Amino acid sequence: MRKKIALKPITALLFLLTFVSYGKEQHGHDEPKGDLRTEIKEYIQHHLLDSYDFGLFSYTTHEGVENHVGFPLPVILWDDGLKVFSSSKFHHGETVAEVDGNHYILYHNKIYKTDESGTINNDAENHPTNAKPLDFSITKNVVLIAMVFAILFFMFSRMAKSYKTNNGMPKGMGRFLEPIVLYVRDEIAIPNIGEKKYKKYMSYLLTVFFFVWIVNLFGLTPIGMNVTNNIAVTLCLALITYFITTFSGNKNYWKHIFWMPGVPVPMKIILAPIELLGTIIKPFALMIRLYANITAGHVVIMSIIGMMFIFNNWLGSSLSFLLAFVLGILELLVAALQAYIFTVLSALYFGMAVEEHDHH
Amino acid sequence: MEELFGGFSLGLFVWMAVLFLALVFLLKKFAWKPILDAVESREEGIKNALDAAEKAKLEMENLQADNEKLLKEARTEREAMLKEAREMKNKMIEDAKDEAKEASAKLIAQAQASIETEKKAAIADLKAQVANLSIEIAEKVVREELSNKDKQVKLVESMLGEATLN
Amino acid sequence: MEIPAIVGAGLVVIGAGIGIGRIGGSAMEAIARQPEATGKIQTAMLIAAALIEGIGFAALFAV
Repeated sequence: MRKKIALKPITALLFLLTFVSYGKEQHGHDEPKGDLRTEIKEYIQHHLLDSYDFGLFSYTTHEGVENHVGFPLPVILWDDGLKVFSSSKFHHGETVAEVDGNHYILYHNKIYKTDESGTINNDAENHPTNAKPLDFSITKNVVLIAMVFAILFFMFSRMAKSYKTNNGMPKGMGRFLEPIVLYVRDEIAIPNIGEKKYKKYMSYLLTVFFFVWIVNLFGLTPIGMNVTNNIAVTLCLALITYFITTFSGNKNYWKHIFWMPGVPVPMKIILAPIELLGTIIKPFALMIRLYANITAGHVVIMSIIGMMFIFNNWLGSSLSFLLAFVLGILELLVAALQAYIFTVLSALYFGMAVEEHDHH
Repeated sequence: MEELFGGFSLGLFVWMAVLFLALVFLLKKFAWKPILDAVESREEGIKNALDAAEKAKLEMENLQADNEKLLKEARTEREAMLKEAREMKNKMIEDAKDEAKEASAKLIAQAQASIETEKKAAIADLKAQVANLSIEIAEKVVREELSNKDKQVKLVESMLGEATLN
Repeated sequence: MEIPAIVGAGLVVIGAGIGIGRIGGSAMEAIARQPEATGKIQTAMLIAAALIEGIGFAALFAV
């Protein structure tokens, strides 16, 4: 046991520091630690969620008034007609918004229909039973997606133009981007899909690679915009991969699913549903992987940053800072790695769908 | 699982789908196609250039071999020409020598012949002169001696004795 | 006594961790043996690791 602790001095130190801070809590005179912990927990949860306004940061004044710095975004609802209004009407969930005689309230980051006083009727499991209007609001994440859209379009259309003006050679940013584009083509698309058929899928693979990468990088900025830790976003990407795979599947692909060649008939019958399930599990894993990796990374980094305030001593806080810094660098790698893995696996699935089996 | 899909937002999903698909199509039209085409044409160009270089190298080698062959041929030709020339020279010298010899021999023969004739002519002349002289002498002698018979005979005898013909 | 689901999730994560560790180790050995095939081995390793990771996540979110 002692040896193990010696082997992992940082872990041991962290344990020790936890005890130190617990000790402090026991003697605690000035401020209750529990509040800080819940505050950090709530902050992390809040950070991970989408929001209806573009908040950069918020702070609490000495008088206890919460101030939000940022700007509101349009809320678009479909509730017997299109309802568009500014999210500032919610006052960060503190007030009921009244539009055309209808009342809406922001409750747990979701918009519910309510009455003038903002009543929320909860069922037995503490879920609101209020009506939910169809919500197509331009949220913070939609804004970021649009921003990344604009950045990617600007970057790559400029790069494409530079080829024309520069005699078939990229210029400026293109010099940095071209090797990456070629990497996607030569190391991801061609080996997985095959020389003959990769061209059809290049647009999707390149777009998904750069989109996920840039979006992940934005997630690491202190503005705190996390697109890929929304299941809706990763589901959308995974669904596109799933549809492309399914629609480009050739005879061989379906044969391998429903009537696996080269195995006895009873096995074929058993394998068919498994393989069919596999076609759905693959994009599902794709969705979960991206979502979970990014979410986990954010939670861990923010928790460690939060630990700085919990330790509240120079040693623990600086160690937490160091750990958060190192993990931040790791997240930088993960941002690119997840984009790469998503692209590789998509290419792999496309490759499976269009593969020709001559040897059977 | 419930927590996972509890956070699902249809609005975000719809926006994401719309924006992402639009991005794919826009980038395909304005970026990926031109970029990949340009890269491909560049790679094609590089490949062609390499092929051309290879071809040129081969051609160069062929040319070099040809040159070598030509040079060799030229060398042998030169050698042959030189040899011929040498032979010709020798022959010419030989011929000239022969001719000169022949001419000199002819000249000598002519000279000898003419000497011979001259000699013969001279001898004939001499003979004639000797005859004339002898006749004159004889005449004189005869004129003188005919007066003295004895003397005449003696003289004739002595003269005849002296003038033996060579 | 009822075993909470999170314990099961933990077990799955341990399994996934061992699996990914083995993949990484084997890939290292393979790279050491054939350094010229590094790229291919890395790709195969990442794909295999990603597939196992998917199971791990599925377990985590099934809780």
